[in-house]
Amino acid sequence: MSPYGLLPFRFVRFDAARTLVVNEAGEHQFLENDDFTRFVQHELPADSDSYLDLKAKHFLFDSESLAPFELLATKYRTKKAFLEGFTSLQIFVVSLRCEHSCVYCQVSRVSADRVRYDMTEETARRALDLAFRSPAPQLKIELQGGEPLLNFERVRQIVVEGRRRAAEEGRPVAFVVTTNLALLDDDMLLFFREHGVFLSTSLDGPEELHDANRPRPGNDSHARTIANIRRAREALGHDRVAALMTATRRSLQSPREIVDEYVRHGFTSIFLRPLSPYGFALRSARSTGYPMREFLDFYVRALDHILELNAAGTFLVETYAQLLLTRMLTPFTTGYVDLQSPAGAGIGAVVYNYDGDVYASDEARMLAEMGDTRFRLGNVHRDSHESIFGGATLRTIVAASVAESIPGCSDCAFLPWCGADPVHHYATRGDLVPHIPTSDFHEKNFFLFKHLLSLYERSPGARRIFASWIRSGDAA
Amino acid sequence: MRLHETARVAGIEHTLIGRVTRTALGDETERTNAWLLAEGSALACDPAGYLGILAIGDAAAFSGLRGAFGLRQLSYLDDGDVVAVDPNGLVRTLYRRASMHNFILVTDQCNSLCLMCSQPPKAIDDFDRLAEHLRLLDLIDPATKELGITGGEPTLFREGFLELIARCRERLPSTALHVLTNGRMFFYRRFAEKLGRIAHPDLVLGIPLYSDVDTRHDHIVQAHGAFEETVLGLQNLDRHGVRVEIRVVLHALSIPRLPQLATFIARNFPFACHVALMGLEMFGLVHRHLDELWIDPADYQRQLLAACEVLGDAGMNVSIYNHQLCVLDPELRPLSRKSISDWKNVYLPECDGCALMSECGGFFQSGTKLRSAHVRPVGRPQTPSNGV
Repeated sequence: MSPYGLLPFRFVRFDAARTLVVNEAGEHQFLENDDFTRFVQHELPADSDSYLDLKAKHFLFDSESLAPFELLATKYRTKKAFLEGFTSLQIFVVSLRCEHSCVYCQVSRVSADRVRYDMTEETARRALDLAFRSPAPQLKIELQGGEPLLNFERVRQIVVEGRRRAAEEGRPVAFVVTTNLALLDDDMLLFFREHGVFLSTSLDGPEELHDANRPRPGNDSHARTIANIRRAREALGHDRVAALMTATRRSLQSPREIVDEYVRHGFTSIFLRPLSPYGFALRSARSTGYPMREFLDFYVRALDHILELNAAGTFLVETYAQLLLTRMLTPFTTGYVDLQSPAGAGIGAVVYNYDGDVYASDEARMLAEMGDTRFRLGNVHRDSHESIFGGATLRTIVAASVAESIPGCSDCAFLPWCGADPVHHYATRGDLVPHIPTSDFHEKNFFLFKHLLSLYERSPGARRIFASWIRSGDAA
Repeated sequence: MRLHETARVAGIEHTLIGRVTRTALGDETERTNAWLLAEGSALACDPAGYLGILAIGDAAAFSGLRGAFGLRQLSYLDDGDVVAVDPNGLVRTLYRRASMHNFILVTDQCNSLCLMCSQPPKAIDDFDRLAEHLRLLDLIDPATKELGITGGEPTLFREGFLELIARCRERLPSTALHVLTNGRMFFYRRFAEKLGRIAHPDLVLGIPLYSDVDTRHDHIVQAHGAFEETVLGLQNLDRHGVRVEIRVVLHALSIPRLPQLATFIARNFPFACHVALMGLEMFGLVHRHLDELWIDPADYQRQLLAACEVLGDAGMNVSIYNHQLCVLDPELRPLSRKSISDWKNVYLPECDGCALMSECGGFFQSGTKLRSAHVRPVGRPQTPSNGV
């Protein structure tokens, strides 16, 4: 028996011959099964490579030195650094109205009733007051809907007032407008350029697929999106316009075509997202939905194609893979609120709805539109910052989303790379705490961690590409 | 070129340090800080009020004047260079204004004894050198771009070391300061904090780390516990906003786990502004430990490539020093820096006709005997052809 102690780690039988161990700071090591057994029985020879690897990565310690503990503690703090700033993503739903009627949406209304579904000037002002109460060293204000361009006066007000307050405080604030771009006009573009606003839009794939997923009067969503992406890039700069896709059942047949559509239009990233189970999507699940397994098959095929493209010289990042790889292979964390422990709902991001209600996440808002207001933190007209961000509702969400304490997560090898999504699990299963064997969140992330790690260690080509994706994320 | 020589001195009761001038100075205070150079028997002006005279000619021509006489040559000295004259006749050039390689050797003491140390430490008490260093800092041209602080281990001066850095900030705020230290003293948080508080605007600490395994690093630096002090020192420095560079000397003891060391650096010290991977210098103690240390650089290209890949993937800034380009894997050549200072490097007969010679650092004068067996002239890239 070698005199060494074990430091905290988790493990998984990765394949027939090897066990993967991951420490609390997310560093990993593959061990032959026999070595793993020797390791946990304190029988690993001190001069073996496995021993030295495990020691250097802080899986074991064999002296009185403080170094392993101090270094591990620093790395753990670095991984949890997303907690430091508190709520930095501030989402404003400036209108619930939209002229699109996408098959998977999300709660928007095709309506002309501005009084009922648009955010008022006073609500926006109060929401800004709350947003700027956040202690976060920098803020990101995201304006969405519905279709935010339908209430452009509010967009204008929030950006102008937000910029003014940011300048007064000397705090950096970025503005993003999430829009289908269909109603974009020159005045808006001029305004966006003047205020350095980023645009985020939806592009679901080739014309036929996109228009089937995203119907609007005239059935010209794809044509408008593409034309306006071009205009916006010309006016604001190429990198100021990003796009993401949502996969419907129909999309699952066309992974290559969807990816190629992004390349054709000059994008350097694509975010492959499964349907979210909220809003109308849940109701129409029978026609547009699919089991997670089918999405993952789609994802794997799309990713293979993306890797081929990269290998052939076309730089294209899959954003979710980039996010997971950053969490797996670097000392750093990511700001993505849906994959953190505790979850980012309320403490990383917050949503001010058009009517002044405040929600812990966009999903929580959608759930409320369906009649369940459980995750409403308060209202900008009635409640204080303290009661909204310090109240029982948010505390319950945070307490339920510490993956380290969730059954099935607490002993999962991938925990340090993963997170929790209590609102998602409540919406799909009626419980903030997931039932891991039946959780699609678990199914997706567990599969992808394993798949990406296999690619990374099997294929030097994939490794080079993944490394370039991680690096490109640093710059963003 | 001689930077130290002996001379006959007159009127020097303790070490005097001053700036060299060939021409008359108008300012009275400047005159008191200046050595007047005399290359013949004539002086540029009346030497009254000057610190003294540095002369090639005999003292007889300057009887009654203070200075050093009978120097063999002065041509390497320029206006603004700083020279010390000791009572025993030693004339030392401490700073040359035209050079990019000025450094202050703070002390000859060290608390490590690296197997490959190029400047073996001495067990002496030389803490009294601080005054000379501070005096030198007052005389250095503030337009100097770069200054090195080295040793021995400069932090052994403790408060004196901090005083030096503070003086640099005050006197030479636009001079980049590069300190070579083993970082062990910064294990003490208060010390790291005090250095951080000085807030030098352009300071980098170059700190060696030779292994990801404590016992191996400790063996290489011949000091038990050094690894712990250095790695925690690195963290404390970052915590207090001091920039660090990590320096790895490549030899038979550091090569086997070099890729793992790269991972260790990327994971634990991602804040390091630079990682320098350095070929062995054939100076000093290295000759005593050659059996343990020597490995032909041609035989470690695989590990070097792997380490550079890990560090590059992590977005870290990597350089390779002290390698001949012909021995480096072509993929690594862009990372190579011509670090051997220009007055030290030489080339071999084998180098004749090499297309990369102008970009290559060549060899240290002392490093031509034991060297890679694979040195050869590199041709211009050929057009790829099919077949062998």
